[in-house]
Amino acid sequence: MTDFLQLFFSGLATGSIYALAALGFTLLWQASGTINFAQGEFVMLPAFMMLGFMAAGFPLVLSFAASCVLSVFVLGWLFKRGVVDPLFKFGMMPIVVATIGLSIAMRNAVRAGYSAEPQPFPNLFPDEVYNLAGVTISATDIGTFVFAMILVLATQAFLAKTVTGRAMQAVAQNTESASVLGINVPRMIFYTFAINAVLAAAAAILVTPTYLAKFDMGSSLGNKAFFAAIIGGFNNSRGALLGGVIVGVCENLAAAYISPAYKDAVALIIFMVVILFKPQGLLGKKVERKV
Amino acid sequence: MKKLAFLAGLLGLLACIFVPTLLKNHGIYLFTYWLIYVIATMGLNLTIGYAGQKSLGHAAFFGIGAYTVAILMQAGYSFWLGMPIAALGCFVVGLVLGFPALRVQTIYLAFATLGFNTAVWLVMRNEEWLTGGTFGINNIARPEAFGISLDGNLAYYYLVLAFAVVLGLLLWGLLHSPWGKAFTALRDNPIRAESLGVDIRGYTLLSFAIGAAYAGIAGGLFGSLVQFIDPAPFTVEASIMMYLMVVVGGPGYFLGPLLGAAVGVILPEWLRFAQAWYLFVFGAAVVMLMIYLPDGLLSIPDRLRAKRQSREASAARAAAAQSGVQA
Repeated sequence: MTDFLQLFFSGLATGSIYALAALGFTLLWQASGTINFAQGEFVMLPAFMMLGFMAAGFPLVLSFAASCVLSVFVLGWLFKRGVVDPLFKFGMMPIVVATIGLSIAMRNAVRAGYSAEPQPFPNLFPDEVYNLAGVTISATDIGTFVFAMILVLATQAFLAKTVTGRAMQAVAQNTESASVLGINVPRMIFYTFAINAVLAAAAAILVTPTYLAKFDMGSSLGNKAFFAAIIGGFNNSRGALLGGVIVGVCENLAAAYISPAYKDAVALIIFMVVILFKPQGLLGKKVERKV
Repeated sequence: MKKLAFLAGLLGLLACIFVPTLLKNHGIYLFTYWLIYVIATMGLNLTIGYAGQKSLGHAAFFGIGAYTVAILMQAGYSFWLGMPIAALGCFVVGLVLGFPALRVQTIYLAFATLGFNTAVWLVMRNEEWLTGGTFGINNIARPEAFGISLDGNLAYYYLVLAFAVVLGLLLWGLLHSPWGKAFTALRDNPIRAESLGVDIRGYTLLSFAIGAAYAGIAGGLFGSLVQFIDPAPFTVEASIMMYLMVVVGGPGYFLGPLLGAAVGVILPEWLRFAQAWYLFVFGAAVVMLMIYLPDGLLSIPDRLRAKRQSREASAARAAAAQSGVQA
């Protein structure tokens, strides 16, 4: 039982990081119908931005803030203006391929321009472990989980409670009627991209200390985030949280109890089961087909 | 226009026959590699370009084909027995994979196929008794045909070319039969197609299965070309690359895979001058291509035609206005 709890708690921490990445993914999908295949690279890049700022002498927290600003510019504004806006009207296929190209370019620019070696990354949380009834939990796991939860719930609250957030949801649900109601649609879509960029930077600061900063750290994270988003429900941002936690916890349990070799298949199996019984995801709403 | 396309095809074929005789081994190898990807992406083009199904697991079939042929050859069977088994095996697996496609569409389907690819890859990597795990299978022989050894690079190239031409003609025939029309109807509007009596379930499954069989054949040829296979060329990334090739070439254009596979296989080789940066340049080039040509490279002639027509139309309008003023 203690083993189980142990695995469960460290799975929660990983899962909350998946949830952060998945949340950005569902936000972009809702607001602009964009499937961002570079989502994992959107986490990798801020990690290297922070390394860059720290190398320039900034402390960690300040580097994080600076990276957030830079992310909003590069991964938010530039990405929206340069890639999504021109391709929006051509449907899904060109955007998918453009973001695939973008992920290849980003990954290899970091490899060629910075380093192919994994880089160590300072931990935001103290290097301590706590013992609770036989279960050891590290401060990193607790901190990661709490920090990620605060971000996810804050994003939720922002979307549900503030005027801007509600306007953003209106745009996601029905772009035309939103613009009839006088909502500035392009600005709301930009906000979504900006939030996605900040969430990615936050995921970067949480995930990098354990997994090290590496040019290809994005690909597996991106995949997990996609599966998490679909398991939870693609058109529901609370689903991203649920999906992320489910994937993180199950993966940890399966690696211990079944086989570490097939750990990466866990997300996939849950995904297959969910999609067969509830194609719209656990919390998703059904979308009517259009003729 | 039809005649022009036919002429271009013929010239291309002649080039494919004669150019490699002038090349060194590496050049011939690249050409063969390219043709194998052409075969694989022809199948994928049927699935995504004509039938409109978002499939991101094509490299899994490529791998199943390669491993089937390699394992059978290791067991002492002939390449010529392995090939049809690989094609049939992929066809059946494609049918099975098609079933989730009946339930889920677009993005969900893309990820279902992507997940399928991950699963196949994990089996290839972990089931050492069958696939050799990460050590792979080596010493895969080149086949013989009619008593002629195809061991030489040029000889093997011509075998692959023969496969590509025959499979290309088969696909051409299929697309110009009523089946082909049904596929495009399915892509353009599934519900309308259904209401017109197209069996959308059957055709969805068939588009997956035929596409998979093409990938399986390409995989079998690939094993004999490189003579050593491990799970690396059959990852999700490889599937994504194939998807990219189809879209960059022009989905739903018959010759799209020729250009798309060239972009995916030969362009990175050309970009080697950029050294460590070559994959960055490649990725950036793909983004640019999509922004300027979202319908793929083969949409250029169509675009030029549309431009000429609109120019002629506006000239005609101007002339009409002119004569109206004079009258």
